[in-house]
Amino acid sequence: MYAQMIKSTGKGVKALEDMDPQERAFQERIDAGGKIEPKDWMPEGYRKTLIRQIGQHAHSEIVGQLPEGNWITRAPTLQRKAILLAKVQDEAGHGLYLYCAAETLGVSRDQLTRDLLSGKMKYSSIFNYPTLTWADMGAVGWLVDGAAIMNQVPLQRTSYGPYARAMVRICKEESFHQRQGFDIMMKMAQGTKAQRHMAQDALNRFWYPSLMMFGPSDKDSVHSAQSMAWKIKMNTNDELRQKFVDQTVPQAEHLGLAIPDEALRWNDERGHYDFSEPDWSEFYEVLKGNGPCSAERMAARNKAWDDGAWVREGLLAHAEKKRARKLAAE
Amino acid sequence: MSDPLFEFLCRMGDNALVLGHRVSEWCGVAPALEEDIALANTALDLVGQATLWLDLAAEVEGAGRDADALAFRRDVWDFRNLLLVEQPNGDFGQTMMRQFLFDAWHRAYLAALTDSSDTRIAAIAEKSLKEVTYHLDRSAETVIGLGDGTEESHRRMQTALDRLFPFVGEMFVTDEVDAAMITACIAPDPRSLRAGFDSYLAEVLAEAKLIQPSGDFSHKGGKSGARHSEHLGHMLTQMQWLQRAYPDATW
Repeated sequence: MYAQMIKSTGKGVKALEDMDPQERAFQERIDAGGKIEPKDWMPEGYRKTLIRQIGQHAHSEIVGQLPEGNWITRAPTLQRKAILLAKVQDEAGHGLYLYCAAETLGVSRDQLTRDLLSGKMKYSSIFNYPTLTWADMGAVGWLVDGAAIMNQVPLQRTSYGPYARAMVRICKEESFHQRQGFDIMMKMAQGTKAQRHMAQDALNRFWYPSLMMFGPSDKDSVHSAQSMAWKIKMNTNDELRQKFVDQTVPQAEHLGLAIPDEALRWNDERGHYDFSEPDWSEFYEVLKGNGPCSAERMAARNKAWDDGAWVREGLLAHAEKKRARKLAAE
Repeated sequence: MSDPLFEFLCRMGDNALVLGHRVSEWCGVAPALEEDIALANTALDLVGQATLWLDLAAEVEGAGRDADALAFRRDVWDFRNLLLVEQPNGDFGQTMMRQFLFDAWHRAYLAALTDSSDTRIAAIAEKSLKEVTYHLDRSAETVIGLGDGTEESHRRMQTALDRLFPFVGEMFVTDEVDAAMITACIAPDPRSLRAGFDSYLAEVLAEAKLIQPSGDFSHKGGKSGARHSEHLGHMLTQMQWLQRAYPDATW
């Protein structure tokens, strides 16, 4: 999940009978499974919440290039290098679709970028963790993209049309990303002693941060109810986290890797795995900007933006000159 | 001299490999999202081309190596890329100027290679030509846009051109490897491509309002492998690190 702790209205969900006719029609359309399109009327809270959510998702795709870019220049084979390049290119593309979806809600990409760079808007906590060995490229694909898919597949049915359509394209590519991550892990887990060590170490470091991607426990998630009523959030954080654990545990067993949780066991009665909660105090610190790589990630994005200013200005000035010359010739 | 065909294929493969690597260094930090996508795409094409050329080189060599062995287990003196492509990225302007100068040569050279007497080479050239035609469209457009943009972008592009122009000449040097390729009708004489390159360059630079540096001095030693720049070794320490540190592993 690339959107966490998205603030909604902060108020409870209104009952249909307390809504004015316009809002009631809007909610009934959503309840009936209809889509909201950019020109349709929508409550201000719906619009603002969506901008925060889609914007945070887009920012996550952009910042998410960095931990993987960290290994593109050290990829161990030509094929691995090509696959990783293709994956990072996809992520930039996802960022682009999502910024476009957000623009349909009346906010510009430049504004969203400024809000990211000033720290006003967030990106997923997961990208504040370092990628230390090649096995981390496997762990990121397998666990991080795996967790993202859990959330994004249901979002293909979200109520806002442009967001749902962006998600359809994104999901196709994300499942390829997850497969390539698992494939790296498989090679490492079946490899030399050093490679197995790298694989286990990557799982140890990425397990709990991956669980954090779903956001805090439902009982602490104050904005979920409204977002779920609007169908811009389709499942609760805990539902998705459980689904992720249930899916991932057998995969880890298949790889011969141990999930770093002594309390992890199958619960016959529930039909699910029991597992330990991540350290939520760490999660809140990461969100405050105290993640292991938070300073580096923000510095890298700010530097890229500042260093690129002359390029953007240059190309804009050229386009302007061309337009003026064309006008003069007419 | 080792087998000239092997040498020739390493030259083609190493150009694509080294430039692909350089471009991939931009991952995630380009001036705009569209540029991130385009740079990753260019790097991806070049890494793909490098794989095709180096696999063929390994096959021709017949020593049990493959493209990965050539890419990750040779040292600097065995690399056969042009000095131009190993030059550091510098700012975005220098990266795009390097790309443009190389693309303009690469496109012309690949176009000639589609008529190669060696059908394997003609096939790789044909596939690569499609990609490189797009690279050149984009790099030329960017050189023009930034050359004829703001005062600052113009100044930066002129600096990039002045810095990189002394590496242009090496693309058109003909040596004994080329002579063997010409005799076997495998590849064109690099000298024969100079006039076309010069007139295209003049056209783009005029539109970009940039001034071609005077003089015809040229650095040499990349394609022959006689003397690379100091930059290549640093690039290889990063690129080859995993393969060197864990020689028994498969990835």
